[in-house]
Amino acid sequence: MYSAIVFLPLASALIVGLFGRQLGDKASGVLSSVLVGTAAVLSWLAFYQVGFGGETARVAVLPWMSSGDLQAAWSLRIDTLTAVMLVVVNTVSALVHVYSTGYMEEDDGQPRFFAYLSLFTFAMLTLVTADNFVQMFFGWEGVGLASYLLIGFWYHKPSANAAAIKAFVVNRVGDFGFALGIFATFAVFGTVDFDSVFAAAPDQVGKTMPFLGYDLDVMTVICLLLFMGAMGKSAQFLLHTWLPDAMEGPTPVSALIHAATMVTAGVFLVARLSPMFELSDTALTVVTAVGALTAIFAATVGLAQNDIKRVIAYSTCSQLGYMFVALGVGAYAAGIFHLFTHAFFKALLFLGAGSVIHALHHEQDLRNMGGLRRITPITFWMMLIGTLALTGFPYTAGFFSKDMIVEAAYVAQNPASRSAFWLLVAAAFLTSLYSWRLMFMAFFGKPRDAHAAEHAHEAPWVMLAPLVILAIGALAAGFVFYKYFVGYGYADFWRGALFTLPDNQILKEAKNAPAWVVWSPTIAMAAGFLVAWFAYILAPGTPAFVVRAFWPIHAFLYNKWYIDELYDWLFVRPYRWLARQLWKTGDGAIIDGLGPDGVAARVADVTGRLVKAQTGYVYHYAFVMLTGVALIASYFLYVYVRAKGF
Amino acid sequence: MTADIGLSHYLTVAAILFTLGIFGIFLNRKNVIVILMSIELILLAVNINMVAFSAYLGDLTGQIFALLILTVAAAEAAIGLAIIVVYNRNRGSIAVDDVSMMKG
Repeated sequence: MYSAIVFLPLASALIVGLFGRQLGDKASGVLSSVLVGTAAVLSWLAFYQVGFGGETARVAVLPWMSSGDLQAAWSLRIDTLTAVMLVVVNTVSALVHVYSTGYMEEDDGQPRFFAYLSLFTFAMLTLVTADNFVQMFFGWEGVGLASYLLIGFWYHKPSANAAAIKAFVVNRVGDFGFALGIFATFAVFGTVDFDSVFAAAPDQVGKTMPFLGYDLDVMTVICLLLFMGAMGKSAQFLLHTWLPDAMEGPTPVSALIHAATMVTAGVFLVARLSPMFELSDTALTVVTAVGALTAIFAATVGLAQNDIKRVIAYSTCSQLGYMFVALGVGAYAAGIFHLFTHAFFKALLFLGAGSVIHALHHEQDLRNMGGLRRITPITFWMMLIGTLALTGFPYTAGFFSKDMIVEAAYVAQNPASRSAFWLLVAAAFLTSLYSWRLMFMAFFGKPRDAHAAEHAHEAPWVMLAPLVILAIGALAAGFVFYKYFVGYGYADFWRGALFTLPDNQILKEAKNAPAWVVWSPTIAMAAGFLVAWFAYILAPGTPAFVVRAFWPIHAFLYNKWYIDELYDWLFVRPYRWLARQLWKTGDGAIIDGLGPDGVAARVADVTGRLVKAQTGYVYHYAFVMLTGVALIASYFLYVYVRAKGF
Repeated sequence: MTADIGLSHYLTVAAILFTLGIFGIFLNRKNVIVILMSIELILLAVNINMVAFSAYLGDLTGQIFALLILTVAAAEAAIGLAIIVVYNRNRGSIAVDDVSMMKG
């Protein structure tokens, strides 16, 4: 069964990718939806068996690499953490497949789209079932590839190509750290197998290794390098720039890859490697700090964006920050819980946004929307549920997971956790503010663009059904699973899949957090709603006034803290200058000049002179020939006379 | 004065013919046929040498070779003339100065 879960999407990718043209658009979509849907159903079965039936498994697939000490077999590691990820990945993927049959209906190249989607699903599944670092790296790069292909799916759009390349290059930065981390792991432990590494890790505490000329703590170095990979994939602050641009891809892609699954790979990585991270306080502090910074940074930027997908993209970025804070303070289960609930409501929001975009014929600018509540009522209600869950409205999914993180941050002991707590509460306020801003601008008031609204229409059922299913998840995933993920069923549910040191009792302590801490995110949420309601419904002139009054702040946020510009100035321009020098001077002038071009030019010079000797007149050739004959004859005569006498 | 015609006379005539042939090739700027004729002249000069030496040495082989060369020369002339006829049909001229397609 576990093999089927992983390989059904691969089968879908191969069949639709290779024979999609023969199958046709409709059949390709249906076939891949069915295959991935089957995998999703099996995932829930697996989730039940593993999470509640107490099963764990190792499924050997094939021996893979065997080179000296480096032994890497491909096998599926099935424990609760994997089962949770299987459910998240396959459920969202199956729903996105179904949704795409509606959303991409008018697109050419649908088989290609479904093949990429299924390929992504397969790569993500190999990542989450990885039993060693090498296999994880394979899945890691596989999802990167699929992400690149899908962001650039509309390859005739230059902006989509640029975004795809940007995503790939920024991820390379993170993957560089990730690869170094794997190398360091292998150098220190002599193996890449998770179980062996985890078993040996406690012995390495306090030891040092040389790195960049310093002797540094082994576990800190390895964890921080690995975390660099997680930062890249999960779009954390400083490596986040690719995520908003990735919205150039089709909306179902954003829902699947850039909200629910791939971007959470970093969170999964840290949770999977909890036996290593738990041993390095420094690394955990860094994780907390980066997470908190990302949460607040992305939330502020999300306030000032006008593209509906970009607002949600920054929201994703911000929520990923929450998850990293949870991991950083040692509450791994809370981080994974938020990952789980977030997958539902963020995929719901993205697919809802896709429905809005579909309704308005690819209009994405919030300023041109408005009044859609009456035109697309079902989408409106689903988006409303998603927004409530995202902002943490009591008893929705986000309420349980987000509050858990905030409380854990409050009771945690590491140096960054107290500031992280305050940043998260502030981010909760901003989350509510930008989410309701989006809702009010898109669905309330009067249509700002009469032309677009005139042709607007509700999406077909094939698109609405996934929304409804996700909405159920967004409402119920919290209180159904709360007690298993982070509550009293914690030990029975996880059974060691997440490692915590004996003195790490943060989940229990978090339950005893003061009442004001428990209520703070809810109050922040309510405040955000009220501010948004005032600014966009009661007094619609407010935003314009605020923008005018605080224009430097608005410009700062609107331009995303000028980080793209900073990178452009810091990396892109110098690099481009260097590349130009190497191209013009190094390659053009030196290599070509002295090499092929130089040799060719000299040959041309010499032959140019030789060519002049060829007059083409017959008597010239005859003359040369006769002169030659005369010279040869004279020479032999001379030799003869010298030898024999005259 | 008895005019005793010896080997050297024959050789002198042959040398003169040979030189005439060569000059015919170089000094001719007009007609390809003249070049062909000049080559024929050079061949004849060689033939005279052959026959003269043959008579001088009392060996008939040289004269047989001379006949052979005459045959070959006839064939060569026929081919050469055929080429010139075709060339003339294609280009409408057989002036030597026009024949310079090999110019680099």
